Amino acid sequence: MNTTVIVSPEHLLILPLLIPLFAGALMLFYDDRRRWLKLGMGVVSVLLLLLVSILLVDQAKGEAATRIYLLGNWPMPMGIMLVLDRLSAMMVLLAAMLALPALIYTAAGWQGKGQHYHSLFQFVLVGLNGAFLTGDLFNLFVFFEVMLAASYGLMLHGSGPERIKAGLHYIAINLAASLLFLIGVAMIYGVAGTLNMAQLSRIGGQTEAEFQPLLLAGLSLMGVAFLVKAAVWPLCFWLPRTYAAASPPAAAIMAIMSKVGVYAVLRVTMLNFAPESGPFAGFGGPLLVICGIATMMFGLVGVLAARGLAMKAGHIALISSGTVISIIGFALIGGGEQMLAGALYYLVGSTLGVSALFLLAEALEREPEPEDEAETDDEGSEIADPLSLYWGPMGLGAVDDDDEPATTLPASVVAMGASFVILVAVLSGLPPFTGFIGKVAMITGMLREVQMAGGFYSPLVWVFIFTVFLSGFAVLMSLMRFGIARFWTSQGDGMRMLALESGPVSLLVLMLIGMTVLAQPAMRYTQATAAALMSPPAYAQAVLSTEPTPVEIARPEGEPAPEPSAPPEDEAITVEDDPEAIGETATGFSGDLPRGPADLVPGSEEALQ
Amino acid sequence: MELIVALAIGVLTGSGIWLLMRPRSYQVIIGLCLLAYGVNLFIFGMGRPRVGAPPVMPKGGFVDPTAYADPLPQALVLTAIVISFATTALFLVVLMASRGATGTDHVDGKDREQ
Repeated sequence: MNTTVIVSPEHLLILPLLIPLFAGALMLFYDDRRRWLKLGMGVVSVLLLLLVSILLVDQAKGEAATRIYLLGNWPMPMGIMLVLDRLSAMMVLLAAMLALPALIYTAAGWQGKGQHYHSLFQFVLVGLNGAFLTGDLFNLFVFFEVMLAASYGLMLHGSGPERIKAGLHYIAINLAASLLFLIGVAMIYGVAGTLNMAQLSRIGGQTEAEFQPLLLAGLSLMGVAFLVKAAVWPLCFWLPRTYAAASPPAAAIMAIMSKVGVYAVLRVTMLNFAPESGPFAGFGGPLLVICGIATMMFGLVGVLAARGLAMKAGHIALISSGTVISIIGFALIGGGEQMLAGALYYLVGSTLGVSALFLLAEALEREPEPEDEAETDDEGSEIADPLSLYWGPMGLGAVDDDDEPATTLPASVVAMGASFVILVAVLSGLPPFTGFIGKVAMITGMLREVQMAGGFYSPLVWVFIFTVFLSGFAVLMSLMRFGIARFWTSQGDGMRMLALESGPVSLLVLMLIGMTVLAQPAMRYTQATAAALMSPPAYAQAVLSTEPTPVEIARPEGEPAPEPSAPPEDEAITVEDDPEAIGETATGFSGDLPRGPADLVPGSEEALQ
Repeated sequence: MELIVALAIGVLTGSGIWLLMRPRSYQVIIGLCLLAYGVNLFIFGMGRPRVGAPPVMPKGGFVDPTAYADPLPQALVLTAIVISFATTALFLVVLMASRGATGTDHVDGKDREQ
C-alpha cells in the first residue's frame, strides 16, 4: 500500500483529538512521582493544541468555511466525520485557551494531590474537542462521555469528603442525563434513520406527519440532556456546589464543560429549528428563552447569597449559560444574527472570566497562615483521619506532595488585585471589557429585531434585557463586596499568592484584554458564525456534498482488495468541499441522498414513504 | 413479542427511576443500572429488529437493502452498554469512597434525622 499524503493540511482537523489523546496515554507510562515530566508533556500538548486551533480558526475564516474530515474515508452518509465550521473552530480555540492557564496553575502545589491528574486533564480535552468537532449525534454522546468520565476523576482530584459528596451527585446527575441523551438519540434514529446532524437537518422536516411528534420528542429529550449539562434552571442545582468543591485548576477547565451543553443546544437547535427552515422552525424557542431567564434569575440570587468566591463564580457561570441559552431561544423565534453574534462573543469572554475567577478563588480565600503550614496543613489532617483509609480504592491522596512551595512575589499580589478588578468588570458587563461589548451587541441586535419578531414576544425581550442588567448589577455588587472585604479591610499583610498562581490568572486576563482590543475582528468572526448558523441548509449542503478521496492503492497481483477496516493512516484522506461536486457524484451513496434515508436504512421505509 | 419488550422497557425504566430517587446510594446505583438496561433495550427496539434477516450484506454488487436487518442499532447498543457499564463502575468507586469518608450511605453524606 502506498502511504501518500499522511502529512497534509487536511489532517489538521483530527489533530485536536490525537494530540491530547496521545499525550494523555503516554503519561500513563510514567509514575506519578515524575509529575514535572508529565506537566511538561501536558504543556507541550496544550501549546500544540493552541497552535492547531489557531490554524483551524484561520481555515474556518475562509470562504469555503465548512471543512469535513471523513474518518476511514467512508462515503458520506455511511461513515462518521469531523466537521469544522466557524463555531466549532472557535470553541476548540476557547478550550485550548482555557487549558493552558489551568495546566500552569496545577504546578502551584496541586499536581501532587492525586493520581493521574495530567492524563485526566488531557482526556477532558479529547472529549471537549471531539464534542465540538463531531458531526454525528452518537459520536457527540461518545465524546460527552469521554469528557465526563475524565471530569469525574478531575472533579475528585485532591479528594476530601466535600469533593466526594459533591462528586457523587455530579456523577449521578450526569449518568441520568446521558441515559436521557441515549433515549433521544434512539428515537431520532428510529424515525429519521440517520444520526448525521447535517442529514437530519435536511430530511427532518420531511418526516411524515404521523412520525413528526416522535422526532420532536427525541430531539427534545436530547435537548433536556444538553440543558442538564449546560446547567439551565431547573436542572442547574448541581453546578455551583460541584465546581466550588473541585480543585481550582479542575474547576477552571470545567468552566467550559457547561458551555459544551450550550454549544450542543446551539448546534442542534439551529440545524433543526432555525427560523424559516421548514415545519419545525422556532420549535422550543420560547421555552429556551424562559428557562434561560429563570437561570439568570437563579444565578443572580445565588451570587448575592453565596459566601465563598468559588460559589459566586459557579453562579456567575449559571448567569452566563442562561444568557446564551435565552439568546438561542430568541434566535429561534427570529431574533436575528447580530444578537447571536454578540452572545457568542459574550460566551467566550464570560467563560474565560469565570475560569479566571475559579483560579483566583482558592488563593483569595486562603486564610493568612504561618509560612510553613500554608500548603500542607489539610493533608496532615487527612492522614490523621482514620476514615481516610477508605479512600484507598480511588488511590487518591496516595502520592506524596513534596513540591517546594513556589516563591511569592510582591508583584504577583498586585497583579492579582488588578486581575480581580478587571474580572469584575468583565463579568458584570462594565465598559470597556468583553462583557460590556457582548451585552451591547446582544441588546441592540434584539431591539432592532423586536418589531420584526412581532408583538407577541416583545414582553419577553424586555424581561430579558431587564434581567441582563439586573444580573450584571448583582455580580458587580457581590464581587465588589467581596473585594472590599478582602483587599482593603483585610488584617495585616495576610495576602499570600504564589507566582505560579497569579501567572495563569494574569494570562487569562491578558486574553480578555486582547479580546477587548481585537473586538472588531472578533465580532466580525462571530457575526459570520451567527450568519452560518442561521442557514442550516448551507451547512447540510457543505457536509453532505463531501466525497471520499479516491484512493489508489497499489496492490500486488493476486492479493485481495483491502478490507474497509484497513487502518486509516495508510490511506490518503483529503477533503473536497468543492461546490461544483454537488449533485454529480460518480460513486456510492451520495448521489442517492436527496431521496432520503429509506434506502440506507431498511425498515425506515414505512416511516418515510 | 412487541408487548413483552415494551413492558420490559417500561418496568425496567420505571423501577430505575424510582430507585434513582431513593436516598441510599446503593439504591441509586441499582436504579442507574436498571435505567441503563431499559435504555439499551429501547435503542435496540428503535432499530426495528426483524427476525431472520442477516445484518451484513455480501461483498460485491448492490443488493436490496430492505432484505437485510439494520446493524447500526446493535453497534449503538454495544457502545452504550460499554459506556454505561464503565461509568457505573466508576460511580461505584465514588460511592464506596463516599461511604468511607462520611460514614453513611445516604446520598447527601448525612442522614436526615441526624
